[in-house]
This record gives sequence, structure tokens and C-alpha cells, in this order.
Amino acid sequence: MRKLKLHPCGKFNEQYEEELTIFSTDFGRLWMWVGIVLLFAVVPFISSHYHLYVINHIGIAAIAAIGLNILIGYTGQISLGHGAFFGVGAYAAAILATRVGFPFWLSVISAGVITALVGVVFGLPSVRLKHLYLTIATLAGQFILQYLFVSWESLTKGPEGIMLPRASLLGFDIKGDRTFYYVIFVCFVILTWVAVNLIRTRFGRAFIAIRDNDRAAEGMGIPIFKYKLLSFAISSFYAGFAGGLAAYYIGSITPEPYTLMLSVEYIAMIIIGGLGSIPGAVFGAIFITVLNEILSQSTQFFMNIEGLAKIALTIAPLREFVFGLAIVFFIIFEPKGLAEVWRIIRSGFRLWPFSY
Amino acid sequence: MEFFLQLLIQGLSVGFLYALAALGFVMIFKSSSVLNFAHGELLAIGAFIFLAFSVWLKLPIYLSFLLTLVGTFAMGFVIERLFLRPLIGEALIEVIMLTVGLAAMFKGLLLVIFGGNLFNYPDFLPAGLTIKWGAINIPPVYVASFIIGIIFLSIFGFFFKYSSQGIYMRSVADNQPAALSLGVHVRRVFAMSWAIAALVCAISGIILGIMNGINVHDISVLGLKVFPVVILGGLESIGGAIIGGLIIGILETFTGGYVSTSLKEVIPYIVLVFILLVKPYGLFGLVEIERV
Repeated sequence: MRKLKLHPCGKFNEQYEEELTIFSTDFGRLWMWVGIVLLFAVVPFISSHYHLYVINHIGIAAIAAIGLNILIGYTGQISLGHGAFFGVGAYAAAILATRVGFPFWLSVISAGVITALVGVVFGLPSVRLKHLYLTIATLAGQFILQYLFVSWESLTKGPEGIMLPRASLLGFDIKGDRTFYYVIFVCFVILTWVAVNLIRTRFGRAFIAIRDNDRAAEGMGIPIFKYKLLSFAISSFYAGFAGGLAAYYIGSITPEPYTLMLSVEYIAMIIIGGLGSIPGAVFGAIFITVLNEILSQSTQFFMNIEGLAKIALTIAPLREFVFGLAIVFFIIFEPKGLAEVWRIIRSGFRLWPFSY
Repeated sequence: MEFFLQLLIQGLSVGFLYALAALGFVMIFKSSSVLNFAHGELLAIGAFIFLAFSVWLKLPIYLSFLLTLVGTFAMGFVIERLFLRPLIGEALIEVIMLTVGLAAMFKGLLLVIFGGNLFNYPDFLPAGLTIKWGAINIPPVYVASFIIGIIFLSIFGFFFKYSSQGIYMRSVADNQPAALSLGVHVRRVFAMSWAIAALVCAISGIILGIMNGINVHDISVLGLKVFPVVILGGLESIGGAIIGGLIIGILETFTGGYVSTSLKEVIPYIVLVFILLVKPYGLFGLVEIERV
């Protein structure tokens, strides 16, 4: 057995590989396995149906948020169209399942691929444009796609929406929250693994170089345009995949949810979680989904009490206010997000009692 | 032909609305190169403050107009102080996201305070402003907004071209670190530009309110329509904003009249993508896009 690596006193990397490792110590690797065991063997059995429902939504949101973080956090290209990309994935999965009769796994994956292509189309302006112009282009993409969802009735059935057939995988029916839990979180673990490793490859390093200084990156021989489009494609693939899963999980889709507000929600997730951090995207997804649930629960709670229904009506718009406040607060006070908070807490434990 | 003329006039008036809405946006961009996604909300805040003074507190119209201007000017300072000052010198991406956050925050706040209903101002413009020209009848709101638009155009044209404050603003927008090192007081310039922009937004917001009534959702949608307008006109050009607004307005009503009413809402954005691909600096913008 090789020698176990534990925390050294400080960070002394002697070789480039050490800088690239995901787990700098074996302790971290152990915690990952503990986490996976908890995720698959404990959580689904101790949670109620409602909790599983929330956790499943967190899983779906986390997949999309990881994708968006690859685009914004690692490549530095802002997209305000991710809500619509998520919708493209949902519609692609639904249409492929109902019209073409694709099985569950194939239609979700094709949903990802189709969304990746759509993402590339809206990433095309990045040939000649930087930050702010590109942001506006994706904003336009959001509105154009939203219009297509409602108006391309021969394909999307407009405001009526599409009912999806029940998902089945390898001959098993996927029904109920618990089975879906396994499907969603197996996908989540695989896609997280891919994303974490992607950042370590030449592609990931090229993305980071483009984010930090695109002129320097181009000077060093990175074909910027190609990598920007690739980043758009990968990030839209994640969004579309998550959208497809969500469509099957909910069972029917309508154009209403995929608005600009959803895009802002995803941006809030990765800012709150931490730009340029994969765990950060997951933290952000947890934070925003739970916040959403708390706000809608409290609205319902006040709705049911006589005389307090008026308060409930004012809580509904508070949701937007709280999202905005969270984005602003984190940008100003903790631009690295919850991931940084988590790192500080962790190193607090590690260094205790001598925090030098 | 009559239908055509009717659409043309309708389009011009919608376009004027867009042009007015775009003025404050161009102000902020020109003076600090911040892409303000909270623009619609700034318009709405100005319109609602005026509503609160004139309808709820029942103050005289001109006094409440003055108070609104003072209030929004101060609010611009406060917004800059609280939210944008900590980001001076930070990456552009964070500033853009901050305005996205501010937009959600302001919208939520307005909805909590005022609700999502449609409000109207009392009628206070003098009826003598109406222009009659044959069968065409232009209501006083448009005449007033036209006059205000011209005044804006000339004042800010001179301001940016000749006043030292305006030149500081342009230098800060162009290159913040360079302006800092040349001794421009960047913080003061930022504060001033947000205060002035909030004031401009309030005036536009009030005029929009007189034309269409005020509703939080409608105005925030209008705030996003500003993007096609300013991209078409050129981000730094006030004249471009007005011409861009008119073109987009006419295009929108003609699409609505001749093609389909549902396409009307997205045609500005389709144009936007097209312009970004073909002529990204717009009709009158500065041609200095760095292609990387």
C-alpha cells in the first residue's frame, strides 16, 4: 500500500501534478467516498417524499449550475440565456419522446446535444464581441427562444404544453421520487466527475486562460473562438441535460417556467456558490432551491391563516427581492461565494487550535 | 395607405417611448461603461416616487416633480455609494452581474410596496400643447416628450463634449486605471454619473407613466427593450438612442400590423442579434471593438 498523504504544514508543491490533483490529501478522498455512500445509501431512506422532491430539484439545478459555472466562472463569458437553454432541453426531450418515440436515456442525452447546438448558435456572436455585447446577445437569445416555445405551435404545442410518457430504463419503470432520485444523482455524480476533470485538461486550462486575459491567451496560441464556442456547447449541454431530466421528472412541460427570471436564478446560484468552483455550483443550487421552497412554503403558511392572506401576497414578490439581495450581497462581500466560506471553515478546523 | 399612416404614427410614438427610456441608459454607459440591467427598475422608481408625491401626498404637480428630481438624484448617489463603489476597479463581469442583482432587488421592492397594478397620474399637461395637422392629432404628452428629448440631446451633447466633468466621465468610461493615474477623481465621477442618470431616468419614467400608465412589470420589460435600441443606435450615442428607438418602434408596429402580433414582441431582439453579428457598434457608436 502506498504511503497515505495527509495534510502537510503549509502548501509545498514540488511537481506540476501536485498542483493539478483534485484531492490534495487522502483525507479528502475518504470524505468523498463517505459523501457518495451517504448520498446513495442513507439519504433516500431517511427522507420523506417532500424532502426527496426538494433534493431531486436540487440535483437537477446543480447539474445546470455546474454547466453555467463552466461558462461564466471558468471561461468568463456571461450568459443570460441559461433559463431558455434549460427550456430547450426540456422541450427537446419531450418532443423526441412523444414524436419520435426515443427511450428515456436517449432522449435526455439528445436533449443535451440539441441544446449544445442551440448554445453554439447564440455563442456565435462571440466571434467578434466581448463581455457586454455577448451578454446582450444571450439576453436576446433568451427572448427569442421564449417566443419559439410559445409560438412554434406545430412543434411545442404552445401554451398547452406537452405530456411526457413515463420514463423507463433497462426495462424498469422509473416512477416515484426515490427511483428518480437514483437516476438524477447517478447523472449528477457522473457529470460532476466530468466537469471536475475537464477543468484539469488542456481545455479547462484554455478556458481559464481566456477568462483571465483573452489577449494574452490568444498570444500564447490558444484558438480563442474555438474554445469559447466549446465552452458554450459544454455549458449548454449541461443545461439541456438537466432540462430533459426535469421534464421527465415533472411529467409535463409548458413554456411558463423558462423565463429570464430562471436565468437570473441560475446566475444567482453560481455567484452565491462561488464563481469558478464546481462545489460552489452545488452549494449555490442547494441555497437557491431551499430558499425558493422556504419562500413558497411561507406563502402557503400565511395563505391558510385567516386575515394574514395579505401578508402572503406581499411575500411572493419578496422572492425576487431576496434573490437580488443575495446576488448583490455576495458580489460585494464574498465574491468567491459559499465555496470560499466553506474553505475558511474547513481550514479553521484543520488549523485548530493554532491558527497561524 | 391609411392603415400604413396609422401604423407609422403609432410606431413613431412607441419609438419615442423607447428613445426616452434609452437616454438614461446611454448616460450611465457613456460615463462609466456600466451595462445597467436595472435600467427598467430605475425608470419605474422615478415614476413611482412621482406617483407617491403627486397622488398619495397630493402635493402640487410642479413641487412633486421637483421633489422627485431631488429624490432620485440623491438615490443615484446612494446606489453608487452602496453598491457600485465597492466594485471600482473590479472586473466588468462582476459589475454586470451586480446590476442584474439590483434589477431583481428593486423590482421585488417595488412590487412589495406598490403591487403589480396599473396606476395613472392626474392629467396635468396643458391642453394647448396639442398639435393638430389635418387629420393627424398629436396629444400633448408626445409634444412635451419631444421637447424634453431635444433639450436632453443638446444639453448632454454639450456636456460630454465641452464640460470638464463630461470629459472626466468619458475618460473614466474609456479606461478606469488610466483615468485614475492621470488624477481623475474616479469615485466622484462615478457618483455624479449615477446621480445624473437616476435623474434622467426619473424624467423618462414620469413621461412614460403619463403616456401609458405605470405598472412595474411593463416598465421592467421596457427597460430590457432598451438593449436593441441602444445597440442599433450605438452604445455611446444619445442621438443614436433616439434614432434607434424610432426605428425599433416603427419596425415593431409594422411587424405587428402586417406580419403577426406575437412576432412583434421579439422582432427587436432578432434585429439585435443580427446587428451584433453585422455591425456590432451600431449606427453611431464608437468603432473601437477589440476583436479577440
